[in-house]
Amino acid sequence: MNAIESLKYFVPELILLGGAFVALTLDFFLRQKKLVGEFALLVIVLALCLAKAPTQPLPLFFGMFELDAFAHFFRYLALGAVGITILISLGYSPLQKRYTGEFYSLFLFMAFALITVAAANNLLMIFLSIEFVSLLSYLLVGFLKEDPKSKEAAIKYLLFGSVCSGIMLYGMSLLYGATGSLELPVIGNALLGAPFKPLATAAILFFFTGLGFKISMAPFHMWAPDVYEGAPTPVTAFLTVAPKALGFAVLTRVLDMIFWNFQSVWTPVLVILSILTMTIGNITAVSQSNIKRFLAYSSIAQAGYILMGLAAFSHLGRDAVLIYLFAYLMTNLGAFTVVLFVAGETQSDSLDAYAGLSKRSPMAAAMLTIFLLSLAGLPPLAGFIGKYYVFAAAIQGKFIMLTIFAAINSVIAAYYYFRIIRLMYLTPATGPAFAAPSKALTVALWTLFLSVLALGIFPSFFITRILG
Amino acid sequence: MTAHILSWIIFTPLMGAGIVLFVPKSATDWIKWIALTTTGIVTALTCYALTIFQPAQAGFQMVERASWIPQFGVQYLLGTDGISFPMVFLTAIISMIACLASFPHVRVKEGREKEYYFLYLLLETGMLGTFLALDLFLFYVLWEVVLVPMYFLIGIWGGPRREYAAIKFFLYTLAGSLFMLLGILGVYFAAAPHTFDMTQLVGMPRGLLFQQVVFMAFFLGFAIKVPIFPFHTWLPDAHVEAPTPISVILAGVLLKMGTYGFFRFSYPLFPQAAHWFQPAMAVLAVVGIVYGGFVALAQTDFKKMVAYSSVSHMGFVLLGLAALNANGFRGAMLQMFTHGTITGGLFLLVGVLYDRAHSRDLNDFGGLGVKMPAYAGFLTFFALASLGLPGLSGFVSEFLALLGSYQYSKVVTGLSTIGIILAAAYLLYMIQRVLLGKLNLKWAGLTDIKIQEVLTLLPLMVLILGIGIYPRVILDYMIPTLDGLLKAIKV
Repeated sequence: MNAIESLKYFVPELILLGGAFVALTLDFFLRQKKLVGEFALLVIVLALCLAKAPTQPLPLFFGMFELDAFAHFFRYLALGAVGITILISLGYSPLQKRYTGEFYSLFLFMAFALITVAAANNLLMIFLSIEFVSLLSYLLVGFLKEDPKSKEAAIKYLLFGSVCSGIMLYGMSLLYGATGSLELPVIGNALLGAPFKPLATAAILFFFTGLGFKISMAPFHMWAPDVYEGAPTPVTAFLTVAPKALGFAVLTRVLDMIFWNFQSVWTPVLVILSILTMTIGNITAVSQSNIKRFLAYSSIAQAGYILMGLAAFSHLGRDAVLIYLFAYLMTNLGAFTVVLFVAGETQSDSLDAYAGLSKRSPMAAAMLTIFLLSLAGLPPLAGFIGKYYVFAAAIQGKFIMLTIFAAINSVIAAYYYFRIIRLMYLTPATGPAFAAPSKALTVALWTLFLSVLALGIFPSFFITRILG
Repeated sequence: MTAHILSWIIFTPLMGAGIVLFVPKSATDWIKWIALTTTGIVTALTCYALTIFQPAQAGFQMVERASWIPQFGVQYLLGTDGISFPMVFLTAIISMIACLASFPHVRVKEGREKEYYFLYLLLETGMLGTFLALDLFLFYVLWEVVLVPMYFLIGIWGGPRREYAAIKFFLYTLAGSLFMLLGILGVYFAAAPHTFDMTQLVGMPRGLLFQQVVFMAFFLGFAIKVPIFPFHTWLPDAHVEAPTPISVILAGVLLKMGTYGFFRFSYPLFPQAAHWFQPAMAVLAVVGIVYGGFVALAQTDFKKMVAYSSVSHMGFVLLGLAALNANGFRGAMLQMFTHGTITGGLFLLVGVLYDRAHSRDLNDFGGLGVKMPAYAGFLTFFALASLGLPGLSGFVSEFLALLGSYQYSKVVTGLSTIGIILAAAYLLYMIQRVLLGKLNLKWAGLTDIKIQEVLTLLPLMVLILGIGIYPRVILDYMIPTLDGLLKAIKV
């Protein structure tokens, strides 16, 4: 399909792009920066409404993008994550200063970039769109210019990210050199016929490096805690879900289109990496004293569980990845929304700020409890459905060791999630009651809370929509 | 309503919890009475279901079926039979009694009644659902629903080491149930067609190795809950630290979820593995009976003594299960019921004393029979029931369990009887230290048991005495199902 024809299937993305530029311009004229944020929210909603599911896979822009049901799901995921992040940013006090207009337009660009990542069907396009997301992430992480932690986080992220991207690019060049094409299906077919096993193995490992960085997979997770701690809280919330989800999207697509014939090579690697990721994440999380670092390690561990679905790579395994990502997105954003609210009231990200939260703000405490229980994978909440799916995929693929490790890890995880719950409910309060959260935060909290409950209690409704 | 009676039983507490959520925090009297009324309605519904229940029929009754997650063939499938119905009845009665016992309980202060009764009713929904679910997925969900409220109920309103006890209970049970989840998934994928439906799964053939592996996965989940030695270490902590009404629920209902799991899932699904595991089960039963008895004998803390006596008494349930014959199963099933009533009563009585004296040190008391004659009477009654006095229900169930195990192994039976002697020893020794001897002047001001506390004990006493004198009043409900089960798992 040529460029002009493709445009009509690209309307939501065009709206995002246009909206981002308008938001930049609006920033010049509006003194009330919150309005820019509200405008950005409007753009997201508009894009959401106009995003139509393709009836069949569409090769847009000469096959650069493949708009299929898979990409369409990530369209919703990206828009949802960005929309909620903008919503909670409206209640984030350190932003109420000068640069806020740019902040929101950067997020609109981000939404655009994320969708292109999910749809990219060409090595060059994959690299470009991932770099687009990365560059925007570096900017957003370092957005609080006056905060040394934020600056340090941005530099660290940039250095780590560049190295990993470079390695992945090298892997892509190997594939191009061997097959003479950048298009995923063509490469996949070329690899099938020729004796390229060592080369493909190297390329797979290089892909794991580049994308492993995005999804904070061990041993490429080292950047995550520092970056998550230093970044502005809404950005942290966003980084723990959206780039991770998109990393999984690309990984799924690459494994599916290029390396499907080499499953015996990458399955053991993924099994080991999955066990490593969840174990490192969980064990390190136990001793954290900063809530953002704590959730950072927890999100590393969650990536380990999602990798289980990828390792199984059956039909069920791929479904598991999508379901888990969706459940995790809702839950983690919810947890960060409460973190943002508490930090706004106490000016602290320390775990001690949560002592007696059930007295100081019963609603926030109850909701954070539900989000943490969902992260721990307890029924009947969203996280359980995700965990059920990955466990089912692994059992179906007879990865018994993997599931045993995952079960033990889940117990460790429950232990540290309950540390927070214990602080909130079993420890006496250290200060007066909080004021009610702002309107934006309230809306975000209730939306996420109800979705986490609904996904847990009526999963079939969501599953049919997610898996089409 | 008759068509959906089981759903009504499960969800009435949840509705009550919802109502509690909307009552202002300060209206504590309202909250209390809403909770008690809710548990009362559940009991009434259960009694109504009792009139519909056909005791002579072996299969599942009052079945309710609806599709829940069609992608996995998960159903909302409820049903009851002679195994689950007594447990539901026990749960309803114990929940109502423990709710009444919660009213005066000292630690239910701090203005947190709303949270307490909300969690309490949520817990009741989970417990009832666990006993009624016939879909493995639904069962797992409801089994887990029990955990979280229990964590809070122990952790917020418990004794000095409550936080440790609560998280220990939680993590132990969670670890067990996660392995059970793996087992459930194994059963699901091994079945053709894939299903969680117990009514279809029961008849399907399974390989021996598969049965053994999955049986062990289920065993971990159930053994921790019962608890079977060596997984019992959470129990003394949880029982001792929990507030009185929650100890009653723990002993009366939660422990039975484990042994119920053996009856409902492990045995019918993996009959060959059950026979393979029979010797191990018998050994574990004996170890539990004797070990629990000796440790109970050594306790100076009243509540801890009752807690360890639970380990010993639950051993008789396992003994009956290990026997794999008619008498054994009847004994085990009856022991589940009677242990709930007797130990529940003992925990209530510990609470009565603790509320007044703020001490549970057995060596500290003495001569209370003079100061609290009515209390002394009740305590003696429950202690005698617990040690297996003929004429009371504990005797019947333990006798049947021993009768069954005698047919299986004389050695095991012989060793198990040590447990009965030990029970007599620690219970009479307790009575001697608390009620007899010289009155410790420290306790001269203690008042006797109050009418409200008596009300919590009376229903239990009626059940204990009734079953003790005429066991068929409850056995008739169990026997057809148990015989059916026995026939189904014959190899």
